Amino acid sequence: MRLHARIGFILLLTPLVLWLGLLIVIPHIDMLLISLRERISFGVYETSTTHYQKALTEPLYLRTFWRTAVMSVLATAITLLIAFPVAYYIAKMAKGRLQQVLFMLCLIPFYVSELVRTFGWMILLRETGLISNLLQWAGLADQPVEMLYTDAAMMVGLVYTSMLFMVVPLVTTLESLDDSVVEAGYDLGGNGLSVLREIIIPHAMPGIVSGCIVVFMLSLGNYLTPTMLGGKDSLWFTEMIYNQFIVRSNWELGATFGFMLLVLSSVIVWGMLRLTGRTLQETMG
Amino acid sequence: MTPDLECADLVKRFGDTTAVDNVSFSVPPGSFFSILGPSGCGKTTIMRMIAGFLDPTSGDIRIKGGSVLDTPPNKRPVNMVFQHLALFPMMTIADNIGYGLRRQKMPKDQIARKVDEALDRIGLPGIGGRKVDELSGGQKQRVAIARCMVLEPDVLLLDEPLGALDLKLREHMKVELKALQAAFDTTFVYITHDQSEALVMSDQIAVMNAGRFEQVGTGQDLYYRPDTPFVAGFIGEANRWKGRIERAEGSALEMRTETGLAMRATATGTLSPGDTAEIFVRPESIRLAATAEALSAFDNQLQGTVTSILFNGAASRVLVQDSVGETLEVTLPQSGEFANLKRGDTLHIGWGAAQATCFAVAA
Amino acid sequence: MIPTIPSSRSFRLIYGGYVLLFFLYLALPLTVVAVFAFNDSQFPSLPWEGFTWNWFFGDTRPQIGVFHERGILRAVGTSGFVAACVALLSVSVGTTNAFLFNRYEFRGKGALYVLMLLPLVVPGIVLGISILVFSSTLANGMWDLAQMDIQALRPGLLLVILGQFSFITTIATLVITARLQKFDRTLEDAALNLGATRLTAVRTITIPFLMPAMIGAVVVAFLMSFENFNTTLMLVGSDAPLTIAMFDRLKEGSTPLLNAVSLLLMLGSSLLALVVILFQRR
Repeated sequence: MRLHARIGFILLLTPLVLWLGLLIVIPHIDMLLISLRERISFGVYETSTTHYQKALTEPLYLRTFWRTAVMSVLATAITLLIAFPVAYYIAKMAKGRLQQVLFMLCLIPFYVSELVRTFGWMILLRETGLISNLLQWAGLADQPVEMLYTDAAMMVGLVYTSMLFMVVPLVTTLESLDDSVVEAGYDLGGNGLSVLREIIIPHAMPGIVSGCIVVFMLSLGNYLTPTMLGGKDSLWFTEMIYNQFIVRSNWELGATFGFMLLVLSSVIVWGMLRLTGRTLQETMG
Repeated sequence: MTPDLECADLVKRFGDTTAVDNVSFSVPPGSFFSILGPSGCGKTTIMRMIAGFLDPTSGDIRIKGGSVLDTPPNKRPVNMVFQHLALFPMMTIADNIGYGLRRQKMPKDQIARKVDEALDRIGLPGIGGRKVDELSGGQKQRVAIARCMVLEPDVLLLDEPLGALDLKLREHMKVELKALQAAFDTTFVYITHDQSEALVMSDQIAVMNAGRFEQVGTGQDLYYRPDTPFVAGFIGEANRWKGRIERAEGSALEMRTETGLAMRATATGTLSPGDTAEIFVRPESIRLAATAEALSAFDNQLQGTVTSILFNGAASRVLVQDSVGETLEVTLPQSGEFANLKRGDTLHIGWGAAQATCFAVAA
Repeated sequence: MIPTIPSSRSFRLIYGGYVLLFFLYLALPLTVVAVFAFNDSQFPSLPWEGFTWNWFFGDTRPQIGVFHERGILRAVGTSGFVAACVALLSVSVGTTNAFLFNRYEFRGKGALYVLMLLPLVVPGIVLGISILVFSSTLANGMWDLAQMDIQALRPGLLLVILGQFSFITTIATLVITARLQKFDRTLEDAALNLGATRLTAVRTITIPFLMPAMIGAVVVAFLMSFENFNTTLMLVGSDAPLTIAMFDRLKEGSTPLLNAVSLLLMLGSSLLALVVILFQRR
């Protein structure tokens, strides 16, 4: 490389390295180190895995961990099932102006803060809320119904909040499916189901994978929705991290939980990429 | 014998525009039938109606004698080779070819055998495991045909499948398609805007314009005996003159062109003195000569100067300007006689009345 | 299952109905939030007590409107400041990143690119605590070393800005890289050929080409920062941005004041989105 090209290279590399080094890599290493130390007395620390042992043996922690994972997978699956027909409709059935308008309508709710979206569901689902009143008015309930603070309410919120991140990649991949490929499927004797199974879904796979990864990550790392809509006794793993850090000031255990969450999400993302033979670059970039 | 495919009074309207206007034709079994026309003439619309992706506004489509209007596309005994082939990129070649057989719930081992047979048939044995994007353009073409042929359709529809290929390969595929059609002995309906594709491959060609069939016939019919000015202009090339008929005896005519030349020609349809008409003469039916005497046998003779020589190998032309200032295109024979021809040379040209086709022009 | 394939009428009706239902589901929570901003009651719920503008303009207790509520106004200011800083920083770094990945081949480029994508797959709360942990390690280190107490390294606006910047930069990089990849390099060569220096060529040719993407990235970064909750929650100090301030109030019990703030937020962000769309169409 010639000298001025080299200088340019270094100038461009510096912000990237500073950003990733100081804000991503080193902080995560530091978090790992903190999670691996034990406080003996004031200002005296020792390296140990005691927090991990504690996190992996204490039933409450373990239960919350797996519950968070399973519920996030469930939320991802439900989001995919709801979003797929809609994305298909936007990408392949709607034409011209209608297509643009529907796509824009999908985006609008997500220009608004997650807090506002969650607040909306609270107004709808609470005991004095709209749906409860509607049910009473319709005669389906004879007293106020509390729908808030349940797993179902939380699931509604989780699905709602990450819908966009499923719809957009699905619409993008489905749009790239040539109409004539679908027609060829029918022309050769296929019916709706077999064309869906053998042509449309395989074609949409990249979008399905990237949508699922993002939605899973968002559900797993969500704090607001489980806190505001979920039940008092159904903890989410992020709430435990928050509690250890802010309420209990037990940073060591909090960092341990944080690391466990990181590992869980990495394993699932890696597994999904592995399963579908794709790379992170293709899926995110 | 029942025709394999029969369209009767087929009409398709989109809003106010009539894309297909009362078209009827029938295709005998085992023949290669082409629909030739400029883009936007409605040929794709006809094909999509036959395949079942569009419903005709009125008229009937019969395959082997039975109407298929109420049969959905996935149940029709016709298959289609799409313009961009529409091979399934998410499947291997074998899965592509076996797709339709799987839909018929054929046992797996039988499908595998049929797929292998089809691959042999198209001269690509052993490529079943490959991906679609690993094949060349010509190979994809053959796979797209094989994918349909394993289903043994009554009619195979081909929607300009050669359009995406480069010139050399296209020439090659013309011959190959014709051979495949003979090998499979299936009725092919082929649509194209390329006259050479249609002329080389087809048993019958329908020339289509603005939603209607102008003429249906063999390549020779269309080339030598065009029924309409559109066909005369669309198939091959032609020098044209407009004018008024001065004398008519049967089909023999004499016309005075707008530029004042007298010309003899042969009428298509009935023409009588006073009618406005147009004469078409192909560049390859005009004879060049150094002297007027050599052309004395021809009904029409002109003298002119060479304004330009368009060298293009066997298809070379010379542009000749006649005495009234019109420019004619004449095929340049490569027999050596005119090897030294250059711009500014004086030439004599002539053609017979039988080679000059005359049509009435709507005044 | 595309319009050219015949399908039964009932199938089309059911499908259309489903899509309609989906959009109702999308619109429902936002609609109720907006409507109850005008409820003349202490609670954003039924019964409907009549229409009022008080939750926007009211200045007497108990109905103090948004525009007279100091705490909320201050939080909006804080959020705006944070978002502006984050947008500026992340788009700047995003642009240099885009040039780096687009123009240079170097060892470890692939690995660095993957590393660059990682902030998107790290849960926001984990990003927050890792930066919290590291900054306090630094602060403690400085104290032990030089008895200096660096307030900036304690939870507060600087950490909030850095925390949001750490993942929004990835998005800015992706947006700008996508545009830069479409750039025809020969245009720059032509500028050089016409006498420009390398830097002038980039400034006069490439940057104007990137402008729509950069402006888009600024808006997206601004909105994402304004709305961010998870990362901010872990790093916030005494100056709370709007989402945190609203969260604290929501925990205490909601009044239509929050609806009014939410409605204004919706209007603000739709307006911003509209501006971007109009700008990009032009």
